[in-house]
Amino acid sequence: MALPKYTETRYRIWHYFYIAICTFVFIFLIAPLFVIFPLSFNAEEFLVFSEGMKNLDPDAFSLRWYKDMVYGTKNPWGLAAKNSFIIAIFATLGSVILGTVAALGLSSRHMPFKGIIMATLISPMIVPLIISGVAIFFFMAKAGLAATHTGIVLAHIILGTPFVVITVTATLSGFDHSVTRAAASLGSNPVNTFMKVTLPLILPGVISGGLFAFVTSFDEVVVVLFLAGLENTTIPIQMWTGLREQLSPTILAVATCLIVLSTLILISAELLRRRSERLRGINR
Amino acid sequence: MSSETKQILTTDGIPLEISLKKAERKNKIKAFLLVAPLLLFLIITYIFPIGEMFTRSIDDKMITNMLPKTFKSMETWDGKELPPEEVFASFLTDFKVLVDNKEHGKLAQRLNKEKNGFNTITKKLFRQVKRNKIDETQSIKEQIMKVHKRWRNVEYWQAIKRTAPPYTSAKYLKAMDMYLNEDNKITQVSEDRRIHRILWLRTVEVAFFVTVFCFLMGYPIAHLLATLPMKYSNLLMICVLLPFWTSLLVRTASWMILLQQQGVVNDFFVMIGLVADDNRPEMMYNKVGTYVAMTQILLPFMVLPLYSVMKTISPSLMRAGKSLGGTPFVAFWKVYFPLTIPGIGAGCLLVFILAIGYYITPALVGGASGTLISNQIAYHMKTTLDWSFASAMGLMLLGGVLVIYWLYNKLVGVDNIKLG
Repeated sequence: MALPKYTETRYRIWHYFYIAICTFVFIFLIAPLFVIFPLSFNAEEFLVFSEGMKNLDPDAFSLRWYKDMVYGTKNPWGLAAKNSFIIAIFATLGSVILGTVAALGLSSRHMPFKGIIMATLISPMIVPLIISGVAIFFFMAKAGLAATHTGIVLAHIILGTPFVVITVTATLSGFDHSVTRAAASLGSNPVNTFMKVTLPLILPGVISGGLFAFVTSFDEVVVVLFLAGLENTTIPIQMWTGLREQLSPTILAVATCLIVLSTLILISAELLRRRSERLRGINR
Repeated sequence: MSSETKQILTTDGIPLEISLKKAERKNKIKAFLLVAPLLLFLIITYIFPIGEMFTRSIDDKMITNMLPKTFKSMETWDGKELPPEEVFASFLTDFKVLVDNKEHGKLAQRLNKEKNGFNTITKKLFRQVKRNKIDETQSIKEQIMKVHKRWRNVEYWQAIKRTAPPYTSAKYLKAMDMYLNEDNKITQVSEDRRIHRILWLRTVEVAFFVTVFCFLMGYPIAHLLATLPMKYSNLLMICVLLPFWTSLLVRTASWMILLQQQGVVNDFFVMIGLVADDNRPEMMYNKVGTYVAMTQILLPFMVLPLYSVMKTISPSLMRAGKSLGGTPFVAFWKVYFPLTIPGIGAGCLLVFILAIGYYITPALVGGASGTLISNQIAYHMKTTLDWSFASAMGLMLLGGVLVIYWLYNKLVGVDNIKLG
């Protein structure tokens, strides 16, 4: 962003001011995540940088909170992590299957009442979570599914499908329908055509929708707070309880793990987006 | 020409038009069948329960079912003076059924909400009924009136009559700090008890300012991301996307660490001499915490739509503006800014809608002065168990969101929603 030599002084000043603002905003966005990182290696129990840490004294750092996270007595994180992964995996599978099939129908130009149906399908994304939580709780309580894994999985399917519907519909919007007709003319049945032709082409969209659904479920706390019993505790619920009661460094160790996880998800989402654009022939 | 052309037939001998229509219908059904599973699932588990929230919020059938005979006989009573013998008699009949089912306590509770003082007199009546003190061969009216002097007060009978309709708007009025008084007029509760209106206003205020802050911070960086060469902007984009993908609770936790009194932000302020070490400001458990944390958490939702719009604006437009004699400021204001308005609309409304329903962050960093209407809904769902009140407030919030969303659709179009 070098400025041309003839730039007047006031624009020069303005330009540096603009760069300064941008730098500040980027720091504001990303810095909070990096505070957690060093503090999770703190040897002491306080959530502040000790003198030793400021002087980079190796004794001031330790892995004790990570050990506590994994081996700690009466430790809730193991169960929470297990539940979180089970719920998120099943919720993702459900969302991906229901969402992809629905997106196929929605992208057909024969689809009747497209607008209103699309609005219904993505409504869980627009309605504030707290309201979704109340409504889903009423349903689950009536169906006898409150405080069960099944109930939470179903709830997360509700919240996750809009993302799959949106990403897959977007992928299908650049989809050349003549390839499926070609497959059909060559004698392939619709299921075979879908598995062999359509699915490989829209797969990046399906997977990135699935990633959204996974993250939504893995990170969801409002609805689970209404639905979960003691047995169904998840990582976000444990963090919520921990943050409300007492901020312990163990939470920071968990948070660091979650940041690593989200970095991995970010990388895969980015790669998928690029692949999807390449497959759809969008070159930017 | 058209009238004389022979109908085109398919090989089966069916007119082409009909055959095409048939195929069309078949395709329609096929498309619909694909959508049907998800649609049905959502209608049953989600749309229908939202409707149930509505019936729950206006439902007042409990008392209607408790005193069926009383309300029937009250129909002819004008409500000006004490009701006739017949009303007292049917009330006693209803009350005896309730005592047998041990539901008189519920009745007392519900009536006490309508008018203070019912608790005591219902209990007194209960004791009399339990001891079989009431002689049904004599005037029941006289005997009930003897139980407590309030049973002689017409206002209490009027209160019972008011509870007759199976539906009530009381929960909605309560959410606006209002109630129906004795004359069925909407009245405001006394000033020191108006808590909900403060919460509604605060929710809108927080959502509005968070949107403004997000816009002020998001616009410059979206511009920078859109104009920098790809290899730099991709790197900086991580700063936007990583928070976007990171758990909400992790980000809230990091703000709790940063903003605490011995936290990094306060340390920094002390270091540069902005505040004294022994006078560190409280930045968490108040509105400041809510604003700061929510702005950072929602900022990606502002940057991403802005970025996707700015990316499509050709840099030559600005150059043209400048070459035609505009200063950079004029060129920006007259050429670039108007082109970004769709992005601004999308970003602002997305952030506003998300902010207005926020729950987790205000509950953790907001303290008492930073809680919003969603916290109140959760409180009534989990603590007081007044589900109908929570439903009423939830639906009011939903109504607001739908209005905003409708505006958004009118101004920008739903198709502009972009993810990442």
